[in-house]
Amino acid sequence: MTDTPVLSVRNLVVEIPTRRGILRPVDNVSYDIHAGEILGVVGESGAGKSMTGNAVIGLLDRPARITSGEILLSGQPIHNLKGEALRRLRGKKMGMIFQDPLTSLNPLLTVGDQLTETILEHLGVSQQQARERAIAALEEVGIPAARSRIDSYPHEFSGGMRQRVVIALALCAEPDLVIADEPTTALDVSVQAQIVALLKRLCRERGVAVMLVTHDMGVIAEAADRVAVMYAGRLAELGPVREVLTAARHPYTSGLMASTPLASQGHERLRQIPGAMPRLGNLPDGCAFHPRCDYAQDRCRRDPGPTLETCDGRAACWFPLGAERKQEVGA
Amino acid sequence: MLAYIIRRVFQSVLVLLVVGLVAFSMFSFVGDPVDNMLGQERTQADVERLRDQLGLDQPFVVQYWRFLEQAAQGNFGLSYRQGRPVAEILMERLPATLELAFVSGLLALVGGIALGIFTAIRRRGVSANVIMTASLIGVSLPTFLIGILLIYVFSVELGWLPSFGRGEVTRIGGWTTGFLTESGLKALILPAITLGLYQMTLIMRLVRTEMLEVLRMDYIRFARARGLREKSINFRHALKNTLVPVITITGLQLGSIIAFAIITETVFQWPGVGLLFINAIQFVDIPVMAAYLMMISVMFVGINLIVDMLYFAIDPRLRVDRTAGGH
Repeated sequence: MTDTPVLSVRNLVVEIPTRRGILRPVDNVSYDIHAGEILGVVGESGAGKSMTGNAVIGLLDRPARITSGEILLSGQPIHNLKGEALRRLRGKKMGMIFQDPLTSLNPLLTVGDQLTETILEHLGVSQQQARERAIAALEEVGIPAARSRIDSYPHEFSGGMRQRVVIALALCAEPDLVIADEPTTALDVSVQAQIVALLKRLCRERGVAVMLVTHDMGVIAEAADRVAVMYAGRLAELGPVREVLTAARHPYTSGLMASTPLASQGHERLRQIPGAMPRLGNLPDGCAFHPRCDYAQDRCRRDPGPTLETCDGRAACWFPLGAERKQEVGA
Repeated sequence: MLAYIIRRVFQSVLVLLVVGLVAFSMFSFVGDPVDNMLGQERTQADVERLRDQLGLDQPFVVQYWRFLEQAAQGNFGLSYRQGRPVAEILMERLPATLELAFVSGLLALVGGIALGIFTAIRRRGVSANVIMTASLIGVSLPTFLIGILLIYVFSVELGWLPSFGRGEVTRIGGWTTGFLTESGLKALILPAITLGLYQMTLIMRLVRTEMLEVLRMDYIRFARARGLREKSINFRHALKNTLVPVITITGLQLGSIIAFAIITETVFQWPGVGLLFINAIQFVDIPVMAAYLMMISVMFVGINLIVDMLYFAIDPRLRVDRTAGGH
């Protein structure tokens, strides 16, 4: 692991101006991803996890835009790049995997066409070499008989195979960073495990940094090295996956874990977090989570939202769950 | 795919049979042809003899069959008005209409697709919005009015282009063409614009809508995320996906260009089959009308058949054998 992280996001803010005021789907988010590391980003729908990924690769839909903070790719700032400069980085330095493999491949072009086109765009190789590389890329993601299937159209592959093709496409120009936006959500459970295993293997073998955006705690537990929990556009908790999953410090993470079914837990009734995540235009004062928090106190309702920096560096909570906290609550 | 083609050909034949029935029944319902042909001074014996000659005493089905038999061989009988074989008259007039339809179709297709792409890609630009507004004129103004306006501006006021006729034509075998002389080409401009403008704006708006739709698809986003060039994304990834619906409409429109040439040909006194048809209606020249009807329907059906085949060329998903099943 080198010193400079592959991706470094610093105090990123994404804003959407609307008629009723400015929304902040991503609010002051910071994290690093190193080579060969998988960072899991979890949260409910609308927590800002996909928006963070889109901001990194420069594919925010208008009118959403980055208003402050910075994004460093291998130490180079990329958040202010535009047009041609940004296009050269996409695919070459950072790839993206989308949620639905049924819709992310162009139905009218063969898999080989889409691969060679991407390879030719970014790597200075001949048509013939590009084709060989495309075949190798398909083999690497586990497409059987890649040489004969390269001229097939997307509809001739099954859903899981198509997601493998999508991964091959995202990785074919050898990027350092891959953003996987819900890569398993649209797949059958049995195929999900294969795709997660594939991502993990590619990450280890090629030393790619992976940002794995998902709402599935199981996928995070399986694949991620570290996990970032997002709530209402902010980071709620960030830490090594084992620690966060077994000893969550933010009450929200703890609630998420309690509401995730685990085979080891037997037949206990699943708990759920009361209420729903507030809408972005209607955030409560203080900590955004306090209305749903079992442990909320005056400070949570009053002081501006806690961040990782203002708290203990792992959970954005004034009263993180832990030994001291339990005493305070118990008292 | 072969089964599909056979099925479509079968359907086409069915359509033609129905149109044939309509064309044929004009002979029986729009006046008695014997009356028309014998005039005032006639005996009952004359009438009977002609009935027998023309086969009008045969049962309806037999008459219809004979009509179809003759029509399939290109024999539509004699024109009531000119006394010449209808097929011969049509063949004389057809080149003028086909050349006009070809030029306006080309104009509509090329102009429509190009402007459609432009207005979709630059959808917030000023020029794109000007074009979109201007296209409303093309959609809403009736053809004859556009023709008259063009004549007024370019023939009457500016005097650049002729207002009627085909100009000088060159005869090549059985075909007369206006493409080879200057006056022929000049005479073609105004009618071609008049006839093609509506189709062009229609195709343009269709391409634009489809293109905007496709540009929102995940695979376009994914192509962008892979760092492909905008040119490749717009023309290679997006345009191809807009073509299937565009071809459907365009195919139908090409058929109607030939059919609606009637109005343009009347405005510009263009010596094509449309003008022939209008004149035939005025003189109740049933054989010409019936032949025209059959000819247009053959063209419509033929174009539709070609359009259906084009789907296969563009969309690989349709090439799969149906028995293989979906997903």
